[in-house]
Amino acid sequence: MLLIHCPYCEEDRSELEFRWAGEAHIARPENIAAISDEEFAEFFFLRNNEKGLTYERWRHIHGCGRFFNAARDTVSDRFLLTYKAGLPKQPVPVAEKFAAIAEEKSVETWEQTEGDAR
Amino acid sequence: MAETATRSLPLSGIHGGSATVRLEPAAPATRIALRVAMEDVGTLSGALGVDLPVRPKTSAFANGRTALWLGPDEWLVIDEGESGLMTAAANSGATHSAADVSHRNTAILVSGPGAADAINAGCSQDLSLEAFPVGACSRTLFGKAEIVLLRTAEDAFRVEVWRSFSDYAFGLLAEGARDAAL
Repeated sequence: MLLIHCPYCEEDRSELEFRWAGEAHIARPENIAAISDEEFAEFFFLRNNEKGLTYERWRHIHGCGRFFNAARDTVSDRFLLTYKAGLPKQPVPVAEKFAAIAEEKSVETWEQTEGDAR
Repeated sequence: MAETATRSLPLSGIHGGSATVRLEPAAPATRIALRVAMEDVGTLSGALGVDLPVRPKTSAFANGRTALWLGPDEWLVIDEGESGLMTAAANSGATHSAADVSHRNTAILVSGPGAADAINAGCSQDLSLEAFPVGACSRTLFGKAEIVLLRTAEDAFRVEVWRSFSDYAFGLLAEGARDAAL
């Protein structure tokens, strides 16, 4: 079972107590009436759906009920960091390094495979 | 035609358990779901006569009332006697939200040496005395039902559950109690 650290309860709890709540750090436009339809669609509907390190909102719905932010690796499903809602995007230095290494490796592998095929 | 109407608890008359766990419905109680901003916690504590705990997973008991920390600005206050919890909160003069949930919740008392094991049948939290000491409380899941769990003694828990889930919770606790005695 996946354990998620709740920054409000200050301990690891079972994933069953949590709900995913979409991508984090999406700023609402300051004057939403003034933006174009395309800009609204970009803000409202379109999400990055990144592979690897991603910042998400989660809610401890069956615990303290609070929303918080989490940095998660979508490849390994590992939670790298959780922090309280309202805080700016927190850096995950170790994870970023790992992600970079993983990317480099995958490129090498692809090139090698391609080389073999030729 | 009956002259009087009697109100019965959702789990009235039910009993269960095993060689190591005793299950019984708790007596009727008054409960409020309380939301208060941090700066007004002191005022509300004074008005209710019990200090609202501000640390996660803790509860406080005073004057027959138990205040359970549910979230950073949310508490469940239980009074087992005849109480004016709503009036006391309303007279506090501080901004807050109090909802009377006395009849939304009912409680099951789980006691005996196998009590923690019986609850762990459907709840994934660590109920060892180190992680969940006497007085610790938490909103969590028991099977598919949301509960508020309070440890009242080393081998006794109070399981607060919504009344519509109470049959399910009691049934699953009875299964857990049977397993705990094996």
